[in-house]
Amino acid sequence: MTDSGASSIPNEPDAVSASKRRVLIVIPAWNEHESVGSVIEEIRSVNPEWDLLVVDDGSTDSTAAAARQAGAGVVSAPFNLGVGGAMRVGFRYALNHGYDVVVQVDADGQHNPAEIASLLAGFDDSPVPQMVIGARFAGSGDYDVQRARRVAMRLLAASLSRMAGEKLTDVTSGFRAHNRQAIAIFARFYPTDYLADTVESLAILARSGGRVTQRPAVMRQRLAGRPSQSKWKASVYLARIVLVLGLTLIRRPPHVS
Amino acid sequence: MTGVHIIALVSALVTITVIVELIRRRYIHERFAVIWLLVALVIAFFAIFPTIFNSLAHSLGVKDPPSLLSVLGVLFLLLVCVRLSWEVGRLQERTEVLAEEVALLRKEFEDAAEGAPTRD
Repeated sequence: MTDSGASSIPNEPDAVSASKRRVLIVIPAWNEHESVGSVIEEIRSVNPEWDLLVVDDGSTDSTAAAARQAGAGVVSAPFNLGVGGAMRVGFRYALNHGYDVVVQVDADGQHNPAEIASLLAGFDDSPVPQMVIGARFAGSGDYDVQRARRVAMRLLAASLSRMAGEKLTDVTSGFRAHNRQAIAIFARFYPTDYLADTVESLAILARSGGRVTQRPAVMRQRLAGRPSQSKWKASVYLARIVLVLGLTLIRRPPHVS
Repeated sequence: MTGVHIIALVSALVTITVIVELIRRRYIHERFAVIWLLVALVIAFFAIFPTIFNSLAHSLGVKDPPSLLSVLGVLFLLLVCVRLSWEVGRLQERTEVLAEEVALLRKEFEDAAEGAPTRD
């Protein structure tokens, strides 16, 4: 029998002063062995105080090993859960270990770790669930999207902005920070359906009296992998967005006590 | 409006209400919500415009529209059964993987609890 390798979890300081926020960076990763290492190294070079947790989402490549070697804590799901499921693992870990903030960062390198601090500055002192989204704006960065996709995003942004009472331009961004109250909710209720993880999570927070805001962020080209860009896929994406939005609107928010 | 149409309309309304309520209460997940929402809408459509269904049946050469309805219904339910079998298989596989994972974790946990694991 060999060692399970699940031993290298982020180290826990036993006593933390209340003023100092404990930040956990959660990186959902599915077959991202090419990029996950450099993403981790880059985050560590920005701020070595942040703990890193890679949720290896049933990868069949060496993602877990690459992440561990780069110095992150790794939890491996026995099969693919999807981004939503992987994030719920991260939120539960954060809740169990008393973290104050969870920041979601993609493993493909499209999020700039230097901008995490800007997300963290987006929280205010109110004791309500809060989420700060790193939003790409039209024209910023070299990120281009298909028209159908753009229509979908605009539609989504408009209706979710109304729900949140705050102007949001990029609600499907996977670059987000969550405070302690949001962690407590999402550890139980983070949506796991495809696309619902980004859209419905926002709605859940907004409807349970939370505060959802955004900060500008520049998306970079992915280090590995490529976004789906075919016309057909973009149209399916639009249809699914409309569906998810519809479901989100009729669904009762989970009972948060 | 005949009695049949009223029955159709009422059952369509009941179907839609039940399905929307189940989705609203989060008993039905997205992957199945789509199917049942479509079913509800189709039933409602033909309940409101029964003549469209009748002419559809006639254009397909079916003399008795209700029998087309039964055939389509049975075919659809068959498809749903196939889909459910597939889902059940997937769930079973995942349950097995989880059980294996738990068994392995328990062993490792016991080894760790003993302090010095008895391995070479």
